[in-house]
Amino acid sequence: MIIPHPLLGPRDAQEFVYLGDARLIDRPDGLAEDAADAFHDYAYLRDNPAGEHQELWYHEQGDRSWLVVTRDTVTHRILRAELASDVARAQGRSR
Amino acid sequence: MSQTNRLAGGGLIDRSRVLTFTFDGRTYQGHPGDTLASALLANGVRLMGRSFKYHRPRGPLSAGSEEPNALVELRDGARREPNTRATTAELFDGLTARSQNRWPSLRFDALAVNDRLSTFLTAGFYYKTFMWPRSFWEKVYEPAIRKAAGLGRLSMQDDPDVYDKGFLHCDLLVIGAGPAGLAAALTAGRAGARVILADEDFRLGGRLNAETLTLDDAPAADWVAAILAELASLPTVRVMPRTTVVGAFDHGVYGAVERVADHLPVPEPGMPRQILWRIYSRRALLCAGATERPIAFADNDRPGILQAGALRAYANRWGAAVARRVAVFTNSDDGHRTARDLHAHGLEIAAVIDVRSDAPRSPDYEVLAGAQVVGTAGRLGLTGITVRTADGGTRKVSCGALGVSGGWNPAVHLTCHQGARPRWDAAIAAFVPGPDLPPGLAVAGAAAGTFSTAGALREGAAGALAALADLGVAATAPALPRAEDAPAGITAFWHVASDAGRAWLDQQNDVTVKDVKLAHQEGFRAVEHLKRYTTLGMATDQGKTSNMGALAIMAELTGKPIPEVGTTMFRPPYTPVALGTLAGRSRGDDFRPRRLTPTHAWAAEQGAVFVEVGTWMRAQYFPRPGETHWRQTVDREVLAVRSAVGVCDVTTLGKIDVQGTDAASFLDRIYCNGMAKLAVGRVRYGLMLREDGMAKDDGTAARLAEDHFVVTTTTANAVAVFRHMEFCRQCLWPDLDVQVISTTDAWAQIAVAGPRARDLLRRVVDPTTDLSNDAFPFMACAAVTVCGGLRARLFRISFSGELAYELAVPARYGDALVRALMAAGADLGVTPYGTEALGVLRIEKGHAAGNEINGQTTARMLGLGRMVSSKKDSIGAVLSRREALDGPVPLRLVGLRPVNPADPVVAGAHLLARGAPTTAASDEGWVTSAAFSPHVGSAIGLGFLAGGEGRIGEIVRAVDPLGGTDVAVEVVVPHFVDPDGEKLRA
Amino acid sequence: MRYSIFQVLKEGLTGHRGWRPAWRDPAPQAEYDTIVIGGGGHGLATAYYLAKVFGAKRIAVLEKGWIGGGNVGRNTTIVRANYLLDGNQPFYEFSLKLWEGLEQELNYNAMVSQRGILNLYHSDAQRDAYRRRGNAMILHGSDAELLDRAQVRAMVPFLNFDDARFPIRGGLLHRRGGTVRHDAVAWGFARAADALGVDILQNCAVTGMIVENGRIRGVETTRGPIRAAKVGTAVAGSSSRVMAMAGMRLPIESHVLQAFVTEGLKPVVPNVITFGAGHFYVSQSDKGGLVFGGDIDGYNSYAQRGNLPMIEDVVEGGMALMPMIGRARLLRAWGGLVDMSMDGSPIIDRTPIEGLYFNGGWNYGGFKATPASGFAFAHLLATDTPHPTATAYRFDRFRTGALIDEKGVGAQPNLH
Repeated sequence: MIIPHPLLGPRDAQEFVYLGDARLIDRPDGLAEDAADAFHDYAYLRDNPAGEHQELWYHEQGDRSWLVVTRDTVTHRILRAELASDVARAQGRSR
Repeated sequence: MSQTNRLAGGGLIDRSRVLTFTFDGRTYQGHPGDTLASALLANGVRLMGRSFKYHRPRGPLSAGSEEPNALVELRDGARREPNTRATTAELFDGLTARSQNRWPSLRFDALAVNDRLSTFLTAGFYYKTFMWPRSFWEKVYEPAIRKAAGLGRLSMQDDPDVYDKGFLHCDLLVIGAGPAGLAAALTAGRAGARVILADEDFRLGGRLNAETLTLDDAPAADWVAAILAELASLPTVRVMPRTTVVGAFDHGVYGAVERVADHLPVPEPGMPRQILWRIYSRRALLCAGATERPIAFADNDRPGILQAGALRAYANRWGAAVARRVAVFTNSDDGHRTARDLHAHGLEIAAVIDVRSDAPRSPDYEVLAGAQVVGTAGRLGLTGITVRTADGGTRKVSCGALGVSGGWNPAVHLTCHQGARPRWDAAIAAFVPGPDLPPGLAVAGAAAGTFSTAGALREGAAGALAALADLGVAATAPALPRAEDAPAGITAFWHVASDAGRAWLDQQNDVTVKDVKLAHQEGFRAVEHLKRYTTLGMATDQGKTSNMGALAIMAELTGKPIPEVGTTMFRPPYTPVALGTLAGRSRGDDFRPRRLTPTHAWAAEQGAVFVEVGTWMRAQYFPRPGETHWRQTVDREVLAVRSAVGVCDVTTLGKIDVQGTDAASFLDRIYCNGMAKLAVGRVRYGLMLREDGMAKDDGTAARLAEDHFVVTTTTANAVAVFRHMEFCRQCLWPDLDVQVISTTDAWAQIAVAGPRARDLLRRVVDPTTDLSNDAFPFMACAAVTVCGGLRARLFRISFSGELAYELAVPARYGDALVRALMAAGADLGVTPYGTEALGVLRIEKGHAAGNEINGQTTARMLGLGRMVSSKKDSIGAVLSRREALDGPVPLRLVGLRPVNPADPVVAGAHLLARGAPTTAASDEGWVTSAAFSPHVGSAIGLGFLAGGEGRIGEIVRAVDPLGGTDVAVEVVVPHFVDPDGEKLRA
Repeated sequence: MRYSIFQVLKEGLTGHRGWRPAWRDPAPQAEYDTIVIGGGGHGLATAYYLAKVFGAKRIAVLEKGWIGGGNVGRNTTIVRANYLLDGNQPFYEFSLKLWEGLEQELNYNAMVSQRGILNLYHSDAQRDAYRRRGNAMILHGSDAELLDRAQVRAMVPFLNFDDARFPIRGGLLHRRGGTVRHDAVAWGFARAADALGVDILQNCAVTGMIVENGRIRGVETTRGPIRAAKVGTAVAGSSSRVMAMAGMRLPIESHVLQAFVTEGLKPVVPNVITFGAGHFYVSQSDKGGLVFGGDIDGYNSYAQRGNLPMIEDVVEGGMALMPMIGRARLLRAWGGLVDMSMDGSPIIDRTPIEGLYFNGGWNYGGFKATPASGFAFAHLLATDTPHPTATAYRFDRFRTGALIDEKGVGAQPNLH
């Protein structure tokens, strides 16, 4: 597979390490009341769709960017790739 | 006997040179340009193999890579290559080949008895028997079956050849160099596009080489030569003969195998045998042609019965006749082309049997219209056929070869490698590429179902133009030569209806029409069930010559149209690929790279024994003359550290620089224990959890400045921890001011441990640094200089429990540093120690390592439960609170000491209470690490024990049923030396 | 009809006219007592044991395509009971015992071949881990032997003992492990279940779950609605898709696992061998092909096909271990969808919807589990209580922390 790196252009997927569902960005607050439930769902439950899937890839043999790649899990077609830090910020994550 | 069946003239072979080769020990001659099959046929040899199940005598069916029958063992010794298709093996001088899967000889094969028993050995018979008595399967039946199994033999020697891998990039990959592919490559090449033209054959031209066609009224070979000459002159075109594109993978990546040296006796020095190319294409055009399919009729598998197209290919391209008197059995005009060509070569056409009642007539030979071949004769080679004529009569026709033409199947394989299904085209009674092609791939010529030469040329050029237009490259169509443009006329005809005899579909696996009928009768009607039940299409040709006929028969039986029966999946590779090619250079000692520590050369000089630690090589121990057992060496090294001073290269531990104004806050979230308040100049032990609450890794964090930490990880987890930190930094807290970088390779790090460690360091560290215990206490760190100004980092940390330091210098000085330490410490008794002693020292001290922190342990199990801060949010803290993580009865790390000091303790033994039955129900834990402790004077161990913290002093059993030991051990606190830490603070 | 050598001989002499379909092709009924979704090995085994052991009636197996088309037909055919953890080993030992008598039980020769499985180790730490595992196996009543390098060499001398990057130091041998003809497992269970009256409905895809007041009432299918009081799903690879119809999110990802076979070769590999320093495991089929596999491709996928890098990685492992296979040829590569679960172990459990039961999360270990999985799932469906060997396979273990993480890699499915 070839991943369209937003900074580096097309790169072989072999340069990357896969983590999984991009919802792993949405880490719950560990000090919240419902943290036990929230972390159960966060760590263990997945939509696992047959179709478009937003997922985290790490450019380990490259610039060390974490990317959010939108990929069809049925056809493997890649629709887009974004810097995970941009996605995280857009979702309100900061410090 | 020389080439009795070589035609007088013609063919694309070099008759001026003679090549000598052997088959089954007999010597023959052929010419450059021959394949093994064409040369054998030219020598009058039709019998080349035996079938898999019934051991039926077989000759080649085809003249290409789809060959199911003529499989041989090529070459000798370590280069012996089983299952090589004689039809593609390029002849070279000195070639040796043997037939396979026969005993004692090809002509007389004892297992041909299976053929006599075939009425019992039908599809799937083995699922119905061989079940009684139960133990007989492994003891009797299966050994007998395995004795007969398989085709060719491996040499059982290491493959002596080398294989390479490479990457290629192109705008347009053209797969197949027949008329369509050549026209496409020319079109794109002239436009300046980067073109790769790959063809599995050693001679480019595709069917043009096998036919007597003319292009612009000249022999096709002239046109091919001219095009190849022009392509060779175009700088952006790479022409790759002997290169099979074997798979279509995601995003325009194709796998291709180039047979670099298979046409040579042995590869030239430095030359790989084959290369696996990963071709990254922007567009690809499949011009792979088509495969002729047989017709099933009784005993249609005898040597001498070939695809009609193969018969004329042998004559036209190789000047080889399968026999002097030939018949043709066809359902289309294509069979007549074979008869015409062979007649023109001077061969005698016994008859053309055409199932069509309106078959075209010929002035040159007899055409039996509306007739069918219903039987054949000839045990080791065809002697004649029986024909049922249009009027219902039968007629014997004597012939030594029969060409069979049932139509052509487009080579759709690559179009289906990403899961697409082909589409049925009734006009040519064949599957053609469907609408759902792999992105970037288009199809042209016969592969698309366009069988005329002019059509192939047109589609090739048009396909290239379309691809280039897609890419925004301007191009113009070349002037194409005039060529035959005959419409394909075909009457679908799959098998001769008959209850008598066996009609083969899959010739290699011996699947007949009756087997398909039986599968249908027993309910195996789905096409995949048919395949799996009968093994149809599972032979080395993967159904190229067999599937279509079987599908058609199943369609008849089920009353469904063929497209509803469907096809099995087309899977890579298109043709089988040598495993050596797929492995490339990654084999033997080069399987994976080796990482060497900065002191490796020095350690080797000391005679160190090295051990693999991941991809690193580390010194395991340093034997001295006179030491006869590794334990002697290790005990000496351990005692040296405990009594004097030792040095050990610990560079392999991961080192991560963490910098930024938020560095402390960042580490506070990464580690379960607090890091925010760590003072500058101090080091803290840190435990990292995974988000699921289990221990991920441990190490130290040293604060060199307010905004600068150096973190160490274990060797095994260096990469994973760094990746995890980047994840946290970029994905969880993108606005923290923190940067991380791995410096594992940048710094050589050497542990200096033992009561004389400070004395030794004072001789190496520049005096500007005060190393006194007050000024540089346990868990201190500093940037220092050594050896008169070299920048270094010094950490007072201890894995052994002794007064100890780790000293880091830029990696290129690691070798000099260890030599300096050894020289400076000679009078102190400085001793190099390796990973074995390191392991003993840490077990004695009770430090957890990889055997304990194995991904299945919690902080509580390690006795570190209180490190997990509840005041802050850190990775893994929440889920670590799940009590059941520790097991039904919480496991705790304990020390273990044998009651009888002479008893062994082995890691992997399980811990059971005394008197408890030796069963899983009594299992209370296990020994994680064990070693002989020269300090204690016996074996010692660490282990996890249920409720362990409350069982100190209890005697339990360390049971190792594998080794047959059952040892009484005392549960002790896991610190065998200096439990109060006085030594390391001294 | 009972299969036997006599039947084979008799039919051979009488033109094979007597063979009947191995299973019927019935029309769906409007209602069953129990529906099993998924006509793979696990689903068919579930139906068989439900009917045979638990006396259940009116059972249907719903298969969206052809039976045995999922992972039971696309694996590397290995069966074994060589697990470390208490949650797993009794279950797989139970499964192995069922395998040992399966052919006689089903009257179908699935070629259960206990040729032994040899897990190689290449380091002291690996040896220690195997010793712990082997001892656990023995304590659970299974068989295990720890071999040193010389013993391994005597058993499989063709491995690379001379210039290996990661030298072989020994192996853990599990003699009762081996291989089974995979397709025959599906067919054997189907035939036996059919004989007990189970309706096997092929080309019958489930398109929806009929849930009323928190209780399952049946399913919608491409062949119409079918009602049932109990519905069990055994659709590993597609678990998330099917359970999403019931509104459930699972601790599962779907991944592709490739497997490979070479051209037929005269037998050289006597047992099952796994490489300990790379991802490669191999056996040789009774037809002569080397059947081998390795790691999953590593990304979520429903494509039933993999990519070239993993093919190369697996074969590199093969060549590192067995350098004499360089001139053997890879004949076919295929891919299967596997349910990779969050701790690498399966789930056989009830769901929040009454009457709806779940069986999945088999990672790449589902084939060997087939009979026990069917038995345990039938037990659960019939009695509403877990089978004694499958009590750990609960959904709520992720909440309680009673994980069954053999590899110790945590909640990242592609690492299991």
